[in-house]
Amino acid sequence: MAEMTLLGAITDAMATEMRSDDRVVVFGEDVGKKGGVFGTTAGIQDEFGEDRCFDTPLSECGIIGTGIGMALYGLRPIAEIQFLDFIYPAFDQIVSEAAKMRYRSGGEYTCPMVIRSPYGGGIRGGHYHSQSSEAYFCHTPGLKVVIPSTPADAKGLLVSSIRDEDPVMFLEPKRIYRTSKGEVPEGEHVVPLSKGRIVREGTDCTVVAYGSMVGVCEKAADEAEKLGKSIEIVDPRTLVPLDESIILESVKKTGRCVVVYEAPKTCGYGSEIAAIVAERAMEYMEGPIIRVAGFDTPFPYTLENLYMPDVRRVLKGIHSTFTW
Amino acid sequence: MTSEVLTIIETDGKVAKGKDPNLSDDQLKELYETMVKARIMDERGLALQRQGRIGFYLQALGQEASHIGSAAALLDSDWLFPAYRQPGIPILRGAPIDQIVCEWFGHEGDPSKGRQMPVHYSLRCINFVSISSPIGTQITHAAGAAMAAKIRKDDTVFMTYFGDGGTSSNDFHAGLNFAAVTKAPCVFICENNQWAISVPSHRQTGSETMAQKAVAYGMPGVRVDGNDILAVYRVCMEAVDRARKGEGPTMVETVTYRMASHSSSDDASRYRDQEEYERWKQRDPIQRFQKYLKRRKVWTEEWQTEIEETYKNELNAAIKRAEAAPKPSIESMFEGVYMNKTQQLAAQQEELLSLEGPEAEDLGEFPL
Repeated sequence: MAEMTLLGAITDAMATEMRSDDRVVVFGEDVGKKGGVFGTTAGIQDEFGEDRCFDTPLSECGIIGTGIGMALYGLRPIAEIQFLDFIYPAFDQIVSEAAKMRYRSGGEYTCPMVIRSPYGGGIRGGHYHSQSSEAYFCHTPGLKVVIPSTPADAKGLLVSSIRDEDPVMFLEPKRIYRTSKGEVPEGEHVVPLSKGRIVREGTDCTVVAYGSMVGVCEKAADEAEKLGKSIEIVDPRTLVPLDESIILESVKKTGRCVVVYEAPKTCGYGSEIAAIVAERAMEYMEGPIIRVAGFDTPFPYTLENLYMPDVRRVLKGIHSTFTW
Repeated sequence: MTSEVLTIIETDGKVAKGKDPNLSDDQLKELYETMVKARIMDERGLALQRQGRIGFYLQALGQEASHIGSAAALLDSDWLFPAYRQPGIPILRGAPIDQIVCEWFGHEGDPSKGRQMPVHYSLRCINFVSISSPIGTQITHAAGAAMAAKIRKDDTVFMTYFGDGGTSSNDFHAGLNFAAVTKAPCVFICENNQWAISVPSHRQTGSETMAQKAVAYGMPGVRVDGNDILAVYRVCMEAVDRARKGEGPTMVETVTYRMASHSSSDDASRYRDQEEYERWKQRDPIQRFQKYLKRRKVWTEEWQTEIEETYKNELNAAIKRAEAAPKPSIESMFEGVYMNKTQQLAAQQEELLSLEGPEAEDLGEFPL
């Protein structure tokens, strides 16, 4: 075990996999000598050389398009998109090509690649360095979508993503890149995809959250405990394909459900979780299923702390499940 | 850099002095046979669509020299990232005819399991990567695969196809740029057939030629008479050699003409002059090559008849088999989205199966 930040755990995951599998390569803007704008690829080029860790021209469409070509020709590419906000030039490649390659070719051609990208607010980044766009990708059959919330999960889930035979969007909560610290197993460490995690056990209300919202919800749960309510927090970790049963089992136990996500409320991924709970556990519910989310505005700069769900808003959401 | 177009076979079948690539009789025959077969296949494919037996078809009439001549410059181990107008390549590479024809019908026997429109082939058996409809997306794939070959230190060459319209796509820019920066072993074939559905090539670019765009990326751009199979072959052979020797990518502009409408859903007479068509018809690549072969005493009337009859019979038999083959199973719709079927997909499959077939669930009365 070693104490690592979430960011350090991501670097460790890539280096570990690159040591054991020479098909793994990582590339993107500034990932080489600089080691990435956040430092996730620091030291990788030094250890593995320019063939396996390299800078690309400044073109997201090119990064993902060539990454697909590399995957088709037998490599295990990890493509870094500097900020999720910049991924849209590559949207066609992700949605029309990577996601559909296996299906449309009857399995003749596949696209085992990882698209890594920091997402989310809380770093004073304005519209273009803060958005949470996971729902676009969750809506695309053929893609897997993974979001870690702890250093150990970041390493284990990234290793699983690299080994996966399908394209994985690995979205990194950049707000907690350095603030999230914890023990991470050295060497081999795998956390399977599509397995959620009970962050804390509780009996009165289930809160479902992922990424940087998990920490916010933990604080809100502490506050709720003081008010006499026991909160269970579930982190699905993989959004697609989702571990539905961990959520359903929890809400069947607690009878209440709050879903917390940073993205704009309308059609956000949390809406899907709310719908699953409504469809499959209605008879267990003792209150409305509540979404606590970002607002339906572009991501603001100065007022970002009011935009993102905070302890107050999560607490209010929990409260609403008891007071409707 | 020049806007000159390399031609070897003149319209009367004579050869420009010193330019003949001197292929053997067998090589020439193989190329010619493939062109004739590709045209027969296209005629038959469109006819099936018109008869309502398949949903869609897309012809390559007039572009046979362009795609067959270029692909012929590759080794079988080299990879192709096609667009949707290169039907002669699977024929040239000997793909099983049933795989092609079953794809038109979307019936069992189609490698892509009835999941795509007709002519969007995936033919792994000949290193012919799955075709998609969005324009130009395969260009970056070819560049990336070529980058991967370089990283893996093998000597495979990658060839990708797109039209004049494709040069306006994001992926054209990104693909040529990435390949040039990394000196990837990739040959970019721009089949300039003058039309992107109804938009003429001069509305597609302000550049005088498509080939000149290559120069800005830092690679050679060559223009060739796309209706002259020997010229296309020769130019592509040089490009493939360069790529294999590690000298980097090349873009080839084959100047040709889409003699058919864009697809079975299009009617080119609504936007195109008949006179232009007639002019290009004089340059028909099959007629031209035939004249050359006559001069070389390779072509005979009997041989022509034999190719046509044999292939029509083969094709008809394959169509019969494909049409009679079953549709893909309901289960197959839910397979292959991911390597393993997810719980969600399994549940959705159950939901559909409960309404289909002999074991369909009886909903019963709605409760009052």
